[in-house]
Amino acid sequence: MRHSIALTIGPASFRIGSAWPAPIAQLAHLYRAYPTPPEGIADFTVRLEPSKPWRRHIRPSIHITGDHGLADAAPMALAHGLLAAEMGMNLQMALGWRRHLLLHASCVEKDGRALVMTGESGSGKSTLAAQLGERGWRLMGDEFALLDLHSGQIFAFPRLISLKNAAISVMEAEAAPDRFGPLLRATAKGDIRHLSPRADAVARMAEGAMPALLLFPRYGFAPEIRTVGQGEVFMRLTQASTNYTALGEPGFTALTRFVQTVPAHAIDFPSGEDAIALVEQLWAEAR
Amino acid sequence: MTATLLVQTLRDPASAARLSAPDWNALIAAARAERLIGTLAYRLEHAEVPAPVRPILADARTEAVREARQALWEADRARAALAPLNIPVVLLKGTAYAAAHLSPAQGRFIGDLDILVPRAALDAVEAALIAAGWEWVKPDPYDDAYYRQWMHELPPLIHRDRDRMIDVHHSILPLTARPKPDAAALLTDSIPISEGSLKGLRILSPTDRICHAAAHMLADGDLSGGLRNLWDIHCLLTDLAPSEDLPTRTAHHGLTAPVAQAQRLARHLYAPHEKPAPLPLQDRLIAKRLLATNAWGQETQKPLRMGYYLRSHALRMPPMMLARHLVTKWRKGHRG
Repeated sequence: MRHSIALTIGPASFRIGSAWPAPIAQLAHLYRAYPTPPEGIADFTVRLEPSKPWRRHIRPSIHITGDHGLADAAPMALAHGLLAAEMGMNLQMALGWRRHLLLHASCVEKDGRALVMTGESGSGKSTLAAQLGERGWRLMGDEFALLDLHSGQIFAFPRLISLKNAAISVMEAEAAPDRFGPLLRATAKGDIRHLSPRADAVARMAEGAMPALLLFPRYGFAPEIRTVGQGEVFMRLTQASTNYTALGEPGFTALTRFVQTVPAHAIDFPSGEDAIALVEQLWAEAR
Repeated sequence: MTATLLVQTLRDPASAARLSAPDWNALIAAARAERLIGTLAYRLEHAEVPAPVRPILADARTEAVREARQALWEADRARAALAPLNIPVVLLKGTAYAAAHLSPAQGRFIGDLDILVPRAALDAVEAALIAAGWEWVKPDPYDDAYYRQWMHELPPLIHRDRDRMIDVHHSILPLTARPKPDAAALLTDSIPISEGSLKGLRILSPTDRICHAAAHMLADGDLSGGLRNLWDIHCLLTDLAPSEDLPTRTAHHGLTAPVAQAQRLARHLYAPHEKPAPLPLQDRLIAKRLLATNAWGQETQKPLRMGYYLRSHALRMPPMMLARHLVTKWRKGHRG
């Protein structure tokens, strides 16, 4: 591939190749504090290729693929190349990672203990993690939390935070401008802008943390806290995991232990400030 | 042609000690693209490899064990569904290798479940599978009719709960192909599985396994996945007892040419400690096509790939029939 970069994010490393220079330059800028793969050998290869041979130059269009790919992946505009690269890395993790149980969740850490937040896209888990990451918590990731099969610890996968629509201006007020990627207008999920995690989150990304609290956030409702039973938590987390089935019995054992030891609540909130107040309240109770 | 690196490492695992970091990245990408990462991981199980490579290979071995478990369970479900019919059911390819612990099974990716049954029992097999939860995946009437009239298998079925595909064969080549393998002899000479949960199912005889693998790779299809298929053939040939009479059997099935070609290619690419003998032009082209993967796991040699894709259709049917088929498909807008 003509343009490429290699990165380590948490326990995983990637080699990303692109037919165009722009996505690689954007990655190089936003991931400037991240190490290269150990000994130069990456776990996964990601490729951003022209969707048809002539679509390199004429109306450039990206096909996202790599070691693992989806046959029916929708092509993306070159203007959204950074998003394509991020999706390419997520795809490799979702389909290929076997060293941890992968939970589709955001995660932050304080005092060596992890807060895990899971929910559908649009639930507010990503924005909430980004905000907490600027207010005394260590951001561990806004997309995947990695549950260790043996120790029960959560490990970080702190790629760029993917801010969507209204969350963009919320975070622009909190973080320095040089941590933001370009504003990507009119993607399949609306406007998106990527935010590089704080330097401490990157420096400590290899550190695990025991999970202390699980939340199911839901944005846009009056403030409320509900306890969620272990059976429901288990079912929802199997659905939030991309590799639960593939891991077999070790995955079942690790998830059972997580569900039995980590208190879980559903929280509704009408605004970010309400959400942070609820989180701090539940965090204090969980100690 | 970075797949050369893959072939060389499979042939001679000790050569891995000389690989640089870019070589490793290329090797891993090519092995994943060719679905040989599990096989590679077992070949390198006891080799000296850099620390970051170890977990990648360990993951691939774990994944292969899971694949095999899942494939054998699928075979068991087919066994249960077909048991009342009282017919011979022969496992083919990956599932057969796993069920009988044959050497190609180690680390092998297993996709669909392939079985061979007597042609006279096809309707009953179809009904029994549908009753047990398998469903059609090709709803197009032309495709369906095409399979039933001309192919060596039923249109593929997928199980509605387990999402796994089954291909029910009654022979090993399309009826329109020039060689006419003796399907009845494949069944008659098949070997029962004598132990374990798959007892009652059968696998092909050692020589017929080679005939099938070679026919599948070289007398059918467009050579995609060819390096994996050729690795199977290499393992099957290596394990063949000297007492087996392969030439007589291949002649009986009309498969002398593809089997001989597979033997030449397997020896050339995978046989250890041998100075590769010069290949005939046809074989050199196939070897070039098999190795057409670059350091990023991308397909290269597009014209050559296209050539073998076209050839696969020419092998499958006579020219006039191919023309009719292509016109029908073109009118439907390349679906399916």
